[in-house]
Amino acid sequence: MPDNLIVTISPHIRSEDNISRMMLDVIIALSLNILVSICFYSWRAFSLILTCIVFSISTEVISQKIMKKKGTVSDFSAVVTGLLLGFCLPPSLPLWIAAIGSIFSILVGKQIFGGLGHNPFNPALVGRAFLQVSWPLQMSTWISPFDGITTATPLTIDKLNLPGVIPSYEELFLGSYAGSLGETSVIALLLGAGYLLLRKRIKLYIPISYIFTVVIIAAILNKDVLFHVLSGGLILGAFFMAADPVTSPLTDKGKLIFGAGCGLLTMIIRFRGGFPEGVCYSILIMNMLTPFIDKITRTKKFGVVGQTR
Amino acid sequence: MISPLFMAKNISSKSILSLNDSIRAWSLTKNSPIFINRRMVFISTNLLYIKKYIKSIKEQKGDRYKKESEPSPYFLGKLTFNGGLHLKEQKHRTENKSIRELSLPRRVVIPLSQHTGRPSVPIVSKGDTVLCGQKIGNSEGKISAVIHSSISGKVVDICLWNHPIIKEPVTSIVIESDGLDSHIESQKKYADYYRYSADELRDVIKEAGIVGMGGAAFPTHVKLSPPTEVDTILLNGCECEPFLTCDDKLMQEYPKDIIEGLKIMMYVLDIYSAVVVIEDNKKKAIESISKIIFNEPNIRLEVIKTKYPQGAEKQLIKAVLRRTVPSGKLPFDVGVLVQNVGTSLAICNAVKNAKPLTSRVVTVTGDCIEEPGNYLVRIGTIVSDLLEECGYVPNNKHKVILGGPAMGIAQGDLNVPVIKGTSGILVVPLRNQTYSEFYSCIRCGKCIDVCPMELMPNMISISVESELWEQAAVFSPSDCIECGCCAYECVAKRPLVQHIKLAKRKSPSAPL
Repeated sequence: MPDNLIVTISPHIRSEDNISRMMLDVIIALSLNILVSICFYSWRAFSLILTCIVFSISTEVISQKIMKKKGTVSDFSAVVTGLLLGFCLPPSLPLWIAAIGSIFSILVGKQIFGGLGHNPFNPALVGRAFLQVSWPLQMSTWISPFDGITTATPLTIDKLNLPGVIPSYEELFLGSYAGSLGETSVIALLLGAGYLLLRKRIKLYIPISYIFTVVIIAAILNKDVLFHVLSGGLILGAFFMAADPVTSPLTDKGKLIFGAGCGLLTMIIRFRGGFPEGVCYSILIMNMLTPFIDKITRTKKFGVVGQTR
Repeated sequence: MISPLFMAKNISSKSILSLNDSIRAWSLTKNSPIFINRRMVFISTNLLYIKKYIKSIKEQKGDRYKKESEPSPYFLGKLTFNGGLHLKEQKHRTENKSIRELSLPRRVVIPLSQHTGRPSVPIVSKGDTVLCGQKIGNSEGKISAVIHSSISGKVVDICLWNHPIIKEPVTSIVIESDGLDSHIESQKKYADYYRYSADELRDVIKEAGIVGMGGAAFPTHVKLSPPTEVDTILLNGCECEPFLTCDDKLMQEYPKDIIEGLKIMMYVLDIYSAVVVIEDNKKKAIESISKIIFNEPNIRLEVIKTKYPQGAEKQLIKAVLRRTVPSGKLPFDVGVLVQNVGTSLAICNAVKNAKPLTSRVVTVTGDCIEEPGNYLVRIGTIVSDLLEECGYVPNNKHKVILGGPAMGIAQGDLNVPVIKGTSGILVVPLRNQTYSEFYSCIRCGKCIDVCPMELMPNMISISVESELWEQAAVFSPSDCIECGCCAYECVAKRPLVQHIKLAKRKSPSAPL
């Protein structure tokens, strides 16, 4: 056999696409949101996001070195995890807590299960849930943008009937109110999601069924529908966390069920739970159910149903 | 439109009263070219109606005229199947190169096994002289095919030779050319095939050694005696694989013969419905075929969306006829026979011109070929000889693929012959793609979206990786047609086709 002939199995053509490009697209989609959060909270936002990203990457590198595994930092998934974790933290959080959250995200959320693709839960949300139970005070102290005065989030005001002004729809849409770093600006998030859709990185099944369920439940309970859609982490959660391919079901039908489940749980937590916001926990609970949803929504192979003759 | 006179003829004199009534009722609707008044004395023409009628005819003719001049109406029928993907076509290299015959090869190697089924039995021995078109191997058993010598010369050896598809070397007949290319004396031609019985024609096709030219090489005479009743023939001119243009070229240059071959098949099977299916990127082929089938009432042309793997039998039937072939069954079970255009041409040549299958059109293309084109190649020509004539530049690292880029087989040895099922030879340089390295499945679901058989390739692959053969079998890898869509799309670069092939072999229900 001549040396210069290569023999491989078919197909001999493959798309140029790979995981790094996919993750880079997510980063590009979130970049507008980074700018918006820096605009709102200046150095606090910048340092918090940077801390999360740096600690995520270094945890990934070190843990893979220790476990003697193939390094996968170049796929940028750690950057995405760090970014998303940073986005769902309060702007006033001390940096050391954010660092611990990032380490926990990557270590327990991802590497313990075997790295990207094997994690059952969304790593960023694992980190956030961990911080929420470990430092509840710091994790529920919010400051308003620009001036940095401590205040409450609109959902808390609404839930506990605190004295305070619920922002108008325009403010909710632009994001100039107290809340997590990257969850408030609906417009920036939607533009990012639009970019992901253009690049065919996410499918609309999960976000649509998620938001639709929230709308339906809010309408049934006679609450302010638009307020419940625009406030809290719903848009960030629906488009960037619930739609994460690794932890959501494979088939379109399964994605619809997943989104509806997330929406239902979010509204239950918002109205009946102990927290004012339920996006994080509802997605984590539905992540747990993903294997079962996959099992009941398996595709029917060609030629099994719909025989026309 | 029934004229009153015609009505009057059909109605007996007894019911003249009712005739009167019916005519009256009819004429009163004003939807007739003439008015008759109530007592049938006064008849006048309905000018308005006639004007309308003439206008409608003019419009109809105008439509017909439009259809002939514009190729675009064919794009309206976007028939297709679920899944699949649009690959970069890359057919520009050979699209406009007409079919050219290559010079006579010095020697040919004709494997006894070029088809699905049992290998042929040689009827010549070492040292015999043979003529071009002479039968050198007889078919054995029910599913087998006859082979012919493709050049004139001397049988040098009957030995084991490497085969382009089968892994182990196969017994092959090596013939050295005498340079004369003398053919056997012409045999009986069945130009007026409809005077002969279907069985006679089947025998002619069998003796011509015709097999499916699309790649699977299933003996055609077996396919033409289906176990169940068939009502439609699909003539497959899709050629969905990138790079290949041989079927496209055949349809452009021999449309008449292809349709003749189709008509012979229809006669043999005694059916009255056939569809020629072409993808919408082959405008010239569509044009040439539609010119021929213009006055064939039983044959229709169907233009379908360009998508890979549109040419796969089950997907084609689904796209064109909306019939679903059940899992594990054959197209016969839904009353359909799918034949490649190349096979149809070979049938026409065999029946009408008494020419056995000794050569075929092969697309030779790729970046490492100086003169890409569609060549008429003698069966048994050694690939390296063929490539040399087409200007083969062996550069650093490259692949030589027999077949298309998606399903073809990469060769490790160029000393293999072209066989009846070889549709293309592709020589492409290796890109900077590492094939050895792959990552964990990130469950993006792209493979599920593109799978034309609606399987879950990633789940099979994950199970195979952990050697869970029973779990892999749950996702029915046996239904996979190995089109490679999933592996093309995979962002984690997983070798999905390889894993599925492994699952097929290791699955608990598979015959060992």
